[in-house]
Amino acid sequence: MKINLMALGLAATALTGSVSMALAQDAAQPRRDDPAALVAQQGDADGAFVMPGRFSEPDGEKMYRRVCAACHMADASGAAGAGKYPPLANNPNLAASGYPMLVTLKGLNGMPPLGTMMTDQQVADVVNYVRTHFGNQYDDAITAEDVKAMR
Amino acid sequence: MTDNNALRMSKRDLLALIGTSAGASAMYMAMSSFGQAQASTFKGPIKLDGDAKGASVLILGAGVAGMTAALELSRAGYKVQVLEYNNRVGGRAWTLKGSDTYTELGGATQQCSFASGNYINPGPWRIPWHHHGIMHYCRELGVALEPFMQLNYNAYVHSTKAFGGQPQRYRHIQADFYGHVSELLAKAVNKNALSDTITTEDGEILLEALRGWGALDKNMRYVKGQESSNRRGWEKQPGGGLTAEPIPSEPMTAQTLLRSRLWRSIASHLTWDHEFAIFQPVGGMEMVAKGYERAVGHLVRLNSKVTAIRQGEKGVTVDYVDTTSGANAQAEADWCICTIPLPILAQIDMNVGPKLAGAIRAVPYSTSVKVGLEFKRRFWEQDDQIYGGITTTDLPISQISYPSSNYGGQGPGVLLAAYTGGSTGYELTALPPEERVKRVLEWGSQIHPQFKSEFVNGIAVGWHRVPWVLGCFGQWTEETRAQHYKDLCEMDGRIVLAGEHASYIGGWQEGGITSAIDVITRLHQRVIAS
Repeated sequence: MKINLMALGLAATALTGSVSMALAQDAAQPRRDDPAALVAQQGDADGAFVMPGRFSEPDGEKMYRRVCAACHMADASGAAGAGKYPPLANNPNLAASGYPMLVTLKGLNGMPPLGTMMTDQQVADVVNYVRTHFGNQYDDAITAEDVKAMR
Repeated sequence: MTDNNALRMSKRDLLALIGTSAGASAMYMAMSSFGQAQASTFKGPIKLDGDAKGASVLILGAGVAGMTAALELSRAGYKVQVLEYNNRVGGRAWTLKGSDTYTELGGATQQCSFASGNYINPGPWRIPWHHHGIMHYCRELGVALEPFMQLNYNAYVHSTKAFGGQPQRYRHIQADFYGHVSELLAKAVNKNALSDTITTEDGEILLEALRGWGALDKNMRYVKGQESSNRRGWEKQPGGGLTAEPIPSEPMTAQTLLRSRLWRSIASHLTWDHEFAIFQPVGGMEMVAKGYERAVGHLVRLNSKVTAIRQGEKGVTVDYVDTTSGANAQAEADWCICTIPLPILAQIDMNVGPKLAGAIRAVPYSTSVKVGLEFKRRFWEQDDQIYGGITTTDLPISQISYPSSNYGGQGPGVLLAAYTGGSTGYELTALPPEERVKRVLEWGSQIHPQFKSEFVNGIAVGWHRVPWVLGCFGQWTEETRAQHYKDLCEMDGRIVLAGEHASYIGGWQEGGITSAIDVITRLHQRVIAS
């Protein structure tokens, strides 16, 4: 295992509460409330594919590239079909740090609350990364403490 | 297992064993409380008696919910029109086969190059017998069904952390688990350890049951011999002639079995949603869409992207764009049944009350990825004797599903080589499609080494990049259900929502169908009472 895994102890607290992975069609999928989903595997060096119940990407850049880009795209330009994913590039909604932190932790519209599968530090890292990249220049970084307070 | 082995079993191992059954019941309780394990409410063909008085209904979305509503409302005398974003009907009842193309959000286009007859269903792929609604419409619409091989004793269970990563046959895991559990429980009964729980007489009955269920020998032990080999298979199979004598196989020890954690796979086959009989449409789930299309396809306007939904006192007006010409247009009706997936609907201008508006924005959509790989030959049948069924694994692919049709076919075959979600789902979706295929090929080859030499082509669908859903299905929690579910289902003036997201059978077509039946029943009552 090359990467520094996130503290597993945090998982238990993060997993309580509003977890409903008891999804009919997807019974064979990893469940966040299943201990098996928190067993670390030989994943990628940057933290992807380590465990199905948690994100293991160790910094904001890697989290964005390996996770957020699934919807918001690698260049943060978003995408549009019948609906759209908003661009995070040059996005004035990121000016107030609380907004991206809230959306990451609680979800918004169809966006799942991905922060429930991250540590406080991971949420802070990815929010700080997005707010200082892709044309965004908001230097007031948030901390893991800020995230903890908002959970 | 010898007595020595039994004695050497640690307390932790025993706790793990007990935890298996406790976990299963706890899980069932949890599922029930989340309302995800509900039975279908479909009570047979609906009859909308009474005069529709020429009322018109505009249905948004031509998935199974919208098409069911269109079918039954048009029968009841309503004027029905359906607007559909895609250039086909069916929504998530969708099949990818040779000559199909799929363009995901971000613009990546995949050409499906499967040989004739091969396919994957990126969305729903199986139909349990108790999904009475979809079973009914398949029968009525002439959609042929065939058995879906949910459980195959000869498929693999695999863990990177057990048996040196060597896949095990499901049959061995199940037989040995039943056998060892039976032996342990029989010992407890014989030591009167359960005397405060069951009577001596009932204990005798239990012993008799355990002997049969666990394939125990006459000494109530699960050991190498005829009884256990009749379950787990033989080292050398019985045959004919001089070399016919069978050789029994050696069960794994209880400790090996427990620590492998491969027993997890047993419970996943015991769920109500996956029990036999379970079916798939012959030729792919798009056959469901085609069945509906034959019945009410003439009511559907394809390539129509809804941009606004406005209701007034007398009716509903929907703005839409023809995605082929770019032309703006409007449709009007007395009522509107909207089946548009919530992540899309949340972005559409719509004058509804705060309760419905809040509910629409409260449901995140699940991640899910399916990857189909085509191989030159059906090596899983020819080399591994796996005819249908599912291999489960702790690798990111989560499972490999073998085709439940065309057994023994000589040409190329297609495996559903990944069906996964969780963090893995996002991480796979974030990769370009060709990279997803490449990674899945790599992982799958750890179970089937033939993957690499037999690979022909593949296609990968990450549901968060599907342009017309933005996710796989609505993901309710206990809290969001309590707070928003009824508001989501209530009529708001002249608008009402239907779809799997407005059901307790999320992620299944049955949820969409029962939701549609419920909605048209309420709408019809309102119309005939007016």
